[in-house]
Amino acid sequence: MLAYLVRRLLSNAAVFLLISVGVFLLVRAVPGDPVRMMVNPEHLAAGGPAFAAAKRTELGLDQPVLVRYGIWLRDALGGDLGYSFVSRRPVAEVLGERMGPTVLLMSTALAIGLTLAVAAGTLAAVRRNTAIDYATTVAGLGAISVPSFFLGIAAIYLFSLRLGWVPSSGMSTPGDGGGADILAHLVLPAAVLGLSIAGPFTRYVRAGLLAELGADYVRTAEAKGAGPGRVLIRHALRNALIPLITVVMIYIPQLLAGAVALEQVFAWPGMGQLAVSSIGQLDHPVVIGFAMFVAVLVLVCNLAADLLYAVADPRIGLS
Amino acid sequence: MSTALSPAALAARRFLGNRLALAGAVFLTAAGVLALAAPLVAGHDPNAVDLAAFREPPSAAHLLGTDSTGRDVFARLLHAGRISLLVGLLSSLAALAVGTLLGALAGVFGGAVDAVVMRAADVVLSFPSLVVIVVLAGVLGPSTAMLVLVFAAGNWPTACRVVRGLTLSLREQEYVQAARAFGAGRAALIGRHVLPAVLSQVAVVGTLLVAQMILLEAVLSFLGLGVQPPRASWGTMLTDAQNLTLLQTMPWLWLPPGLAIALTVLAVNFVGDGLRDAVDPKGTRR
Repeated sequence: MLAYLVRRLLSNAAVFLLISVGVFLLVRAVPGDPVRMMVNPEHLAAGGPAFAAAKRTELGLDQPVLVRYGIWLRDALGGDLGYSFVSRRPVAEVLGERMGPTVLLMSTALAIGLTLAVAAGTLAAVRRNTAIDYATTVAGLGAISVPSFFLGIAAIYLFSLRLGWVPSSGMSTPGDGGGADILAHLVLPAAVLGLSIAGPFTRYVRAGLLAELGADYVRTAEAKGAGPGRVLIRHALRNALIPLITVVMIYIPQLLAGAVALEQVFAWPGMGQLAVSSIGQLDHPVVIGFAMFVAVLVLVCNLAADLLYAVADPRIGLS
Repeated sequence: MSTALSPAALAARRFLGNRLALAGAVFLTAAGVLALAAPLVAGHDPNAVDLAAFREPPSAAHLLGTDSTGRDVFARLLHAGRISLLVGLLSSLAALAVGTLLGALAGVFGGAVDAVVMRAADVVLSFPSLVVIVVLAGVLGPSTAMLVLVFAAGNWPTACRVVRGLTLSLREQEYVQAARAFGAGRAALIGRHVLPAVLSQVAVVGTLLVAQMILLEAVLSFLGLGVQPPRASWGTMLTDAQNLTLLQTMPWLWLPPGLAIALTVLAVNFVGDGLRDAVDPKGTRR
């Protein structure tokens, strides 16, 4: 198993290097003087042309491309992603303060989506080929067909503007910001994002559970006199949900993509909204910092999926 | 009558027996005809600004009302359909072409080629196209051509995996081994034997891809990173709904494009699922 993990780690590292080359090329595609992106703008203004020239040497901008790439990668891995053109603060800092809201939104959505998916998938598998099963399938198809940003717009129209139950945008009311206030802002975007992942996951749960319910050990449990509820929950469902953990891990970057659009719709102050508004302001360092973050997130999730896969199924990596 | 039917005729019969798939196909045909005939049916120029008649509710003159600059919403909806469907079809076709070719190569050659292609497929698939386009559009500027290119570059692995799997099993079939024994080269193997055999499965993958591509185009255009105004796509038409006043008072602005996306994607998914069941009846639900 150790050999398997080392192999996955190495191959992920290779992929990360490839992606970093792509991001580096993007940095080079940004018009204007690169010093503007890399150096604290206050120092640059105070230092004058001589300081800029010294920084240019320090950043290796007069060196061959490969050396420049090495310096850039070292800085980026150390958390130095340059400075925002707009707020003039370090990119890592700007991104960092937006991370909390995005993580809150995504984790709540994941909890809602998985709860729905496990409930609907279990129901569909237990009552397979009945009206309930077909209704779940069609509902799941509906959930993946309606664009979540449109669902968000429709939800704001109905629940905020018509019914007035919850606020339409932002993360808190100015001057409030307590737990209940944030929850009221969170519930709509999280539910819409959760619904968008419930569709595909319901299919996984249903298929996984059907496979387990047909397995010999389930028949053994039944033969030994375990009740249907106990067989379903203690035996079949438990085994059916293990592979789901891996799927969830791989799905997290997609969830972030969904959050990008919904943060825009609900004016949720997360990283996705920051990225989209930075594009409008031509704040390239922030956009590129976001790209690096996503690249790291994708690889961490893939590694975690590999690891969980190996832990959940000890046969992996033995062959 | 017990005349033997060809596999294609059997598949067609199964597809026609699937009511949801049939309804989806009818809806898509209608949507396609409306989009193609948009200039004839719309009655208005989709980009004609009429400041004397802005934000008007639906009426006989403007079936779905007008937007903030007095443009006819119905005309824009039809013309937007052209862009949305075209982007969906083009990018899906491009992804299929790349995926089929790479999958066939991986399956026929095996070994290192197979390992590299499949590893690349894993990596590409783990990156959400939406984020890739957000970043590229942010630095290089948005364009419809880039949309199609990135969609294709990010979505070839689905077809690739299917084709590779089928190719691996085809390789063991007697007629393919016979062809090899007679000295058929790899190009001939792919062109004469692999491609015709995988075509139906590729069509299934492609149909389901079209649904995803239409959704992606919509959300990116909504974010201002896809199709650029004044050209209309269903996504750009929804941009106005970000204004809460317009959202509340003018449902005719955002409801039609949103429903158009949802119904089209649903119809494509129904057709895709129907095709899958028709082509591969053994793989259907238990």
